[in-house]
Amino acid sequence: MLSIKNLSITFTNEFAVEAVHDVSLNIAPGERLGLVGESGSGKTMLALAISGLYPRSTTRISGEVLFNGTDILKCSSKELCRLRGKEIGMVFQEPMTSLNPLMKVGRQIEETLKMHTNTPPTRRRELALEAMESVELPDPKLTYEKYPHQLSGGQRQRAMIASAIIADPKLLIADEATTALDVTSQSQIIDLLARINERHGVAILFISHDLSVIRRLCNRVAVMHAGKIVEDSSTQAVFENPKDDYTKRLIAAIPTRDKRRRQT
Amino acid sequence: MGKIQIDSLHPNNVLEVKNLNVWYNNSGIFNSNSRLKSKIQVLYDLSFSIAHGEILGLVGESGCGKSTLAKAICGIIRNYKGEILHSGGIPQMIFQDPLGSLNPAKSIGWIVEEPLRLKGELDASSRKRRVDEMLERVGLGSQFAGRKPHELSGGQRQRVSIATSLICHPRLILADEPVSSLDVTIQSQILDLLMELGKEFQLSYLFISHDINVIYQICDRMMVMQKGEIIEEGDVAELFDNPSKEYTKRLLYKE
Ligand SMILES: Nc1ncnc2c1ncn2[C@@H]1O[C@H](COP(=O)(O)OP(=O)(O)OP(=O)(O)O)[C@@H](O)[C@H]1O
Ligand SMILES: Nc1ncnc2c1ncn2[C@@H]1O[C@H](COP(=O)(O)OP(=O)(O)OP(=O)(O)O)[C@@H](O)[C@H]1O
Ligand SMILES: [Mg+2]
Ligand SMILES: [Mg+2]
Repeated sequence: MLSIKNLSITFTNEFAVEAVHDVSLNIAPGERLGLVGESGSGKTMLALAISGLYPRSTTRISGEVLFNGTDILKCSSKELCRLRGKEIGMVFQEPMTSLNPLMKVGRQIEETLKMHTNTPPTRRRELALEAMESVELPDPKLTYEKYPHQLSGGQRQRAMIASAIIADPKLLIADEATTALDVTSQSQIIDLLARINERHGVAILFISHDLSVIRRLCNRVAVMHAGKIVEDSSTQAVFENPKDDYTKRLIAAIPTRDKRRRQT
Repeated sequence: MGKIQIDSLHPNNVLEVKNLNVWYNNSGIFNSNSRLKSKIQVLYDLSFSIAHGEILGLVGESGCGKSTLAKAICGIIRNYKGEILHSGGIPQMIFQDPLGSLNPAKSIGWIVEEPLRLKGELDASSRKRRVDEMLERVGLGSQFAGRKPHELSGGQRQRVSIATSLICHPRLILADEPVSSLDVTIQSQILDLLMELGKEFQLSYLFISHDINVIYQICDRMMVMQKGEIIEEGDVAELFDNPSKEYTKRLLYKE
């Protein structure tokens, strides 16, 4: 359903960073693909290219991003807007900056429905409350009325997830969507994503530094380093038999409870 | 309204918190809904201390009040009852959401240098050297000094926030999920850095993390928080061996 071919993204500003270098990647319908890698390796830029939200004015982009046959890089902003709401749901890495500070959380969650469907207001509200319930936000009716700054970090992440899944997208891109969540809330989100993946066949691109979450949720993992995909294989192969040097270092650095760094 | 005092705490301690209660006022300019026009209490009667050079871990469910506690300690939240006693200087905060806390108009070099400038001890060229060294140590390098916050990745921004908080060697650092946006190799480098500087300059940390293994690796003591209360507290090794509360057991041993 998604096929990225030879994608490169270079910043044209004074820093001339090549954020993504010749990346090719496919996602099949219903697949759960994990994307891991070095901080600064281009994961977020790749996600932004898929949703057409990469910074156009400061980057040069080449290659193709085919979503069900349509090249996203050639879409008009109107087409993109429709795609993003209905077909592609996106959870951004820093929720505080992608949520509108002046708009109630509940309103923002139902925004996609308002923009892209004819769902009447009362039904939209019901669906928003349901979505908030499903991401385990406390007291949905109360939280609906709150503003983003009145939520905790993890609550904001869950609000973002609710707004990304409310319109039943075909592809869900989650960029560090569970970073601030404790193990219990994390498990709930993993279960939720696994459920919507199984029930509705939603494909998931899950970007995370948390390798234990990736391991539990994803059936395939791609590893990025310095703008390139250095490994792309089944979850089991990547964790148990990593081929690339960087992947090996990454797997070896997963914090464990074997040894304390701190000697007291 | 509480007050921050500078003296009258035990000489071993860098921080003492006594019977801290915090409320959020929901009747802000934004809200007209009557259900929200009330104070909501989020922290209940917390008492604890942090010794010089100690790393105290804080864990607990999302929304239980961890960031609120850190903000109250460093003076961002003023609406509290109880006592917060510091020894020496304002604690530095490493924020959970770094983009919101970095000045978007300034360069990374300027941002990291700011605490040194405010302190006013070093001349411009020594300050610049310290900034470059710090950027190097958090794995960014001096080539990042000319960029603006929005020209970095999420994890790079988090490291700017770390560099800024460490550069003046404050006595106490409130680290709110400081490594959650970093891949595990850089995470490991940053944890070592925090501990090295801690040792060298007798820094203390309140270390908030959802990653129990990270807490285990670097903390001396830990506190478990649930719905605004500290329900368990103790030496890390002992607590991991012998958690007394059901909630703690679930937190420590759910994988
Ligand atoms: N406006 C910009 N100008 C120059 N370089 C930029 C700009 N924005 C981002 N970059 C660089 O592009 C690279 C890729 O960034 P990206 O956000 O995709 O990384 P990431 O893999 O998501 O990292 P993280 O895990 O830290 O979030 C980074 O090295 C970053 O410094
Ligand atoms: N400005 C505010 N006004 C009203 N309520 C708030 C405000 N900030 C936070 N809250 C609420 O207070 C509670 C504690 O929030 P806090 O940010 O301290 O949680 P946390 O433990 O840091 O959670 P997380 O792990 O998700 O970051 C949450 O229920 C949150 O919704
Ligand atoms: Mg990123
Ligand atoms: Mg928090």
